[in-house]
Amino acid sequence: MKSAIALGIALLFLGPALAQTEKEQSGGAAKKESSYAELAQTPEKARNRKNPLEGDAEAPAAGKKLFERHCAECHGEDAAGSPKAPSLRAAAVQKAAPGALFWVLSNGVVRRGMPVWSKLPEAQRWQLVRYVQSLGAAANADPTSPPR
Amino acid sequence: MQSPFFTLSRIAPVLFFLLFLGPSLAAQERPYFVAYDHYLEEPGSLEVAVDSTFATQRTGNDFVSYWTEIEYGVTGWWTTEFYLDGQSTFRDSTIFTGYRWENRFRPLRREHWINPLLYVEFENVNGADKILKEVVGHDVAADKAESNSVLRQEREREFELKLILSSNWKGWNLSENVLAVKNINNSPWEFGYALGVSRPLALKASARRCTLCRENFAAGMEMYGGLGDRHSFELKDTSHYLAPVVAWNLPSGMTLRVSPGFGLNGNSQRFLLRWSVSREFAGFGAAVRRMLGGRR
Repeated sequence: MKSAIALGIALLFLGPALAQTEKEQSGGAAKKESSYAELAQTPEKARNRKNPLEGDAEAPAAGKKLFERHCAECHGEDAAGSPKAPSLRAAAVQKAAPGALFWVLSNGVVRRGMPVWSKLPEAQRWQLVRYVQSLGAAANADPTSPPR
Repeated sequence: MQSPFFTLSRIAPVLFFLLFLGPSLAAQERPYFVAYDHYLEEPGSLEVAVDSTFATQRTGNDFVSYWTEIEYGVTGWWTTEFYLDGQSTFRDSTIFTGYRWENRFRPLRREHWINPLLYVEFENVNGADKILKEVVGHDVAADKAESNSVLRQEREREFELKLILSSNWKGWNLSENVLAVKNINNSPWEFGYALGVSRPLALKASARRCTLCRENFAAGMEMYGGLGDRHSFELKDTSHYLAPVVAWNLPSGMTLRVSPGFGLNGNSQRFLLRWSVSREFAGFGAAVRRMLGGRR
């Protein structure tokens, strides 16, 4: 009886875990494309929002700290992407308006596995946007070395 | 039959490893113990938590209850969680009281002013369960005054449904939960509520790495209680609590939470002190698959 309960509990967690991982691995490329497409779906009003921390010199560094805590696990330490999530150095991201990045970050791409990050205060989400945008600026300044 | 303590002694090293030594992901947890907000576990991540509640009884002996939570983010819209409950009543005994399995579903793709979440739980506990994770119907402190040997005779196999509504405004989170519980025997539906409000102590992150800085703390208040049952939907003979809550999200990935709670009427426990330690592990699903020989 106890073995049956233990097996039931194990299956309860292992089943969904395996199914999830399988889906993650098989749908990687399509998922990345559709994640970028999500940026294009940003409502006009959200896209036009200005980053209130645009002039804050500390924001990219604070955003980098937040990125390492919350985002690097999926997007990779250097934001170049992983099997779980797309690169944030891609042109689609780097050319996106700050408001669009903020909107996708706040709403997530729930059906494709990106969580909603509105649990972070707005200011921290804008700090993350500044960091993500700084990746493109750093690459332009020195294309041979990844930005820090 | 092995005692619950024998089982716990075998599980404890695993829990210790998971909580303090394993690889982790920095969490951003709300400070609530009873109220739920609309955020789910990140897909593929596992969170392990050990929680405890000390309660003073108006009649009967004081007690400490404890529960272990294992929470897994199945998808971006579904989180599942398994609980093991136990309690020690002073001058009485220590017993394992049962298990719970809960699921939370996010029906909407995007964020809104009010964000709904659907919650379904099955619990199989005995009458000595005292974790007070929800207060419903005509639950009162006197229900827990009997000895464990008497209370454990009662078997509670219940389905619990919750509608969780949650909003964010200028850094504040406001959460409202409505509960309906049905014992699968012939008991009537019982109802309850939980409300929560909380805010991080700092909205902007600092650029330096820090453990004690204000952005790592969140504080707030929660209130919860019963609303009677299908035959008597009322506040008479119900218990209610008000509890300040504080959470400390450490950069290491651990979250510590503390909450002193106060009974608001004569039917409530006079005082509750809750604490919790939790840790989140990213990539658990992928790690299990690799362990079982799946594709990399």
